[in-house]
Amino acid sequence: MTSLTLIRRIAARRSIVFDALTTPEGIACWWGPDDGPVLLAETDLRVGGRFRVRFRMLDGSEHESSGEYLEVVRPERLAMSWRWAGGEEDPGESLVEIELRAIAEGTELTFTHSQLANEETRRSHEEGWNGALDKLERHFLTSANGGRHDQA
Amino acid sequence: MVKYPERLDRTFAALVDPTRRAMLARLEREGSASVSELARPFAIKLPAVMKHLDVRDGARLITRSKVGRTVTVRLSPGPMREAMDWLRRYERFWSASLDRLAAYAESKEAEMREKDR
Repeated sequence: MTSLTLIRRIAARRSIVFDALTTPEGIACWWGPDDGPVLLAETDLRVGGRFRVRFRMLDGSEHESSGEYLEVVRPERLAMSWRWAGGEEDPGESLVEIELRAIAEGTELTFTHSQLANEETRRSHEEGWNGALDKLERHFLTSANGGRHDQA
Repeated sequence: MVKYPERLDRTFAALVDPTRRAMLARLEREGSASVSELARPFAIKLPAVMKHLDVRDGARLITRSKVGRTVTVRLSPGPMREAMDWLRRYERFWSASLDRLAAYAESKEAEMREKDR
């Protein structure tokens, strides 16, 4: 799995940085690879809520990405899934994680964008986990029964 | 055809191992090498080298050709370039975005302090 990590030290308190990251007004001011405008920004800031941002680059091309908020802990942590509409830039789903740490001058932001394992790997992981949970459940059922037997 | 994200996974898996990376770096420098030449700097046997090459073959990072008893290995840069492109694209996007985010948050902070005064 590959991932990109970027760190920024920002002279602003964490709540301001967090709101800049998550409100449509904030997003409109910074989102995108060049100075082209943000055309649309929607955020439903809660776990399971979605965001959608569309922007135009200076070359005139328009791009849109969207995803689901996976973790929302104001003002310290944010995680969301990421996918490009149309998918020509990167057809897969990826994961964005942002940590905000309070430092003397304000906030240290650690940003990570990682490529998720493909569908097949994810499925096998899930099966692995479910298998493990089933086993755990059986284990507890067995020992619970055993306990009752002992008492009887 | 192998799908794009799957291909990237394989490429990165192939690059995780230091021995594989060292072999790759050598191929990059020298263009091509035989399997026994690739094995020489490492304390590993030929079958182990072949195993490393299989992983990379699977990720299509290399091509192999056989003349007589000599197997020559060459770098095929396509998938590696794809992986680097993925990183570069997002780095460009986020680096510029986060710079503007920082500037925006700092101006908001200044505004807030102005108000508090």
